[in-house]
Amino acid sequence: MTDFLEMRGLTMRFGGLMAVDGLSFKVAHGSIHGLIGPNGAGKTTTFNMISGFYTPTSGQILLRGEDISGLAMHEVARRGVVRTFQHSTLFAELTVLENALVGTHMPFRPNIFAAIIGWDREDRRGAAARAREALEFFGLGDLAEERAGDLSHGHQRALGLAVAYASHPDVMLLDEPFTGMNPEETRQMMELMRRLKADGITILLVEHDMQAIMGLCDTITCMSFGKFLAEGGPADIRHHPAVIEAYLGGARHVA
Amino acid sequence: MLKPVMFLLGAAALIALPHGLSFSQQEILVFLVINILLVMSYRLLTLTGEWSLGHVVIMGVGAYASALMTKNLGVPVPVGMILGGVTAALLAVLLSFPLFRMKGFYFLIGSFAAGEIIRLIWKRFREPFGGARGISGIDPMPDFSLGFYSFDFFEPVSYYYFAGTIVAVCLWVLWRIEKSPVGLTFHAVHWQDKLAQASGVNLRAYRTLAFAIASGFAGIAGALQAHYVGTVNPNSFDIEVMVFVLTWAIVGGTTTFYGPILGCVLLTVINEVVLRGMGFEQARPLFYGAIMILSILFLPNGLESIVQKILPRKATAKPDRKAAA
Repeated sequence: MTDFLEMRGLTMRFGGLMAVDGLSFKVAHGSIHGLIGPNGAGKTTTFNMISGFYTPTSGQILLRGEDISGLAMHEVARRGVVRTFQHSTLFAELTVLENALVGTHMPFRPNIFAAIIGWDREDRRGAAARAREALEFFGLGDLAEERAGDLSHGHQRALGLAVAYASHPDVMLLDEPFTGMNPEETRQMMELMRRLKADGITILLVEHDMQAIMGLCDTITCMSFGKFLAEGGPADIRHHPAVIEAYLGGARHVA
Repeated sequence: MLKPVMFLLGAAALIALPHGLSFSQQEILVFLVINILLVMSYRLLTLTGEWSLGHVVIMGVGAYASALMTKNLGVPVPVGMILGGVTAALLAVLLSFPLFRMKGFYFLIGSFAAGEIIRLIWKRFREPFGGARGISGIDPMPDFSLGFYSFDFFEPVSYYYFAGTIVAVCLWVLWRIEKSPVGLTFHAVHWQDKLAQASGVNLRAYRTLAFAIASGFAGIAGALQAHYVGTVNPNSFDIEVMVFVLTWAIVGGTTTFYGPILGCVLLTVINEVVLRGMGFEQARPLFYGAIMILSILFLPNGLESIVQKILPRKATAKPDRKAAA
């Protein structure tokens, strides 16, 4: 496992608020890496910086040694880092298959002139095949013609992952994928993530569900109040005094 | 097999249509065809979720460009029409730099301001735009013969056939774009721009692309009108005309391809038959305003929603996929 995605002194300041303060950690290629911390620790802000949604106030994000901090979201995506969103963010008005087809935008870049003349049949067939493949992977094959907005919550979550997966990503940034899932759905989702990992996709995951995090992650980074707190395997983090203090509250942070 | 038959019948009906009409009705038919292209090009922009108030002025850019090029530079009229469209598209690309810093309501107002600036430039500069009076004596389309039919462009019927053919080709191109992956990306940009961007879509590029294509076809519509009427002036592209376009689009509905055509045809027919028939033509803005309000209140999804209710939905008629699975 080599260093693949590296954060160096990542800082984000909103006016007087220091949301993320000098955060540094490394994500190994082909691993599932968890990012945890109490509410307001700056996990989602970190995510938004990596995916290009925010430009960091200072610090660097290195992907294979290239600095990608401050690039627009689609530029980051084109380098293989694709994110999902916290809520069920989908193209609700489009069908499930069309959602997945949007996900194939990068591998099968549309060309308007070819589209008018009809010279893009191969690309369209390839995109459709890839979209179907992504849907099958997440068990949505039978729902391809449904309207995405009509799906159940669990299926919408899976579709969000399928859209990201359809683009052949190297890194998937998953923002709270287990929120609002029952234990059975969580178990299925964990199984899918293990299969993504087996596919060679690196996963960086923000999550509150400790059972999922502990059962899934190779490495866990814990943050608190925007700062790096601890890092290690699930067993280390579970018993780390600083982490326990941050979650259960210690004398230091009581205002 | 039903489809080509229906298509041929439809085409035959459109070819036969002007022969049952009076001379003034034939002239209205020409404008109707041009307006269909205008409102359909507008629809392509609305696919990305942006509504512009400068679309009619952009149409005017095509009209002015084609008129000036044919008049001053001696460009042949058909080439001038295409160049009019190209000019409008290029101007749209330029305008996209300031305008697409804005979205939604702000874009709407920004596009209105940009349109007014262009209109004021036409009014202010007598050379070459002719000031408030505009340009007159624009070269008409030269007559030509196809062997089985001779085009005589003093006859509205001939211009109807000519403009109708061009509009049909343009609509076909618009249709191809919408049904392509590019069209799907436009929809994606509309419904969830953040998710589209996370999938690698360059939002600015796609918004600009839709704006430029819509403007290009509007420019062709403008050129078609300029060479038919023979004059252009700034007031024929003012906000009142823009409101007509908006009304056609809203009353017809913009989620289907045929929606704006329905709106444009129906409102033009009502306007010409009812209002002109009753000698009430001055009341057109009043009438359009009332129709728009009534349509928003009682038919929020436009005329197309009525058609969708009558025709069975395609999505339900797909039993073959389940049989395969």
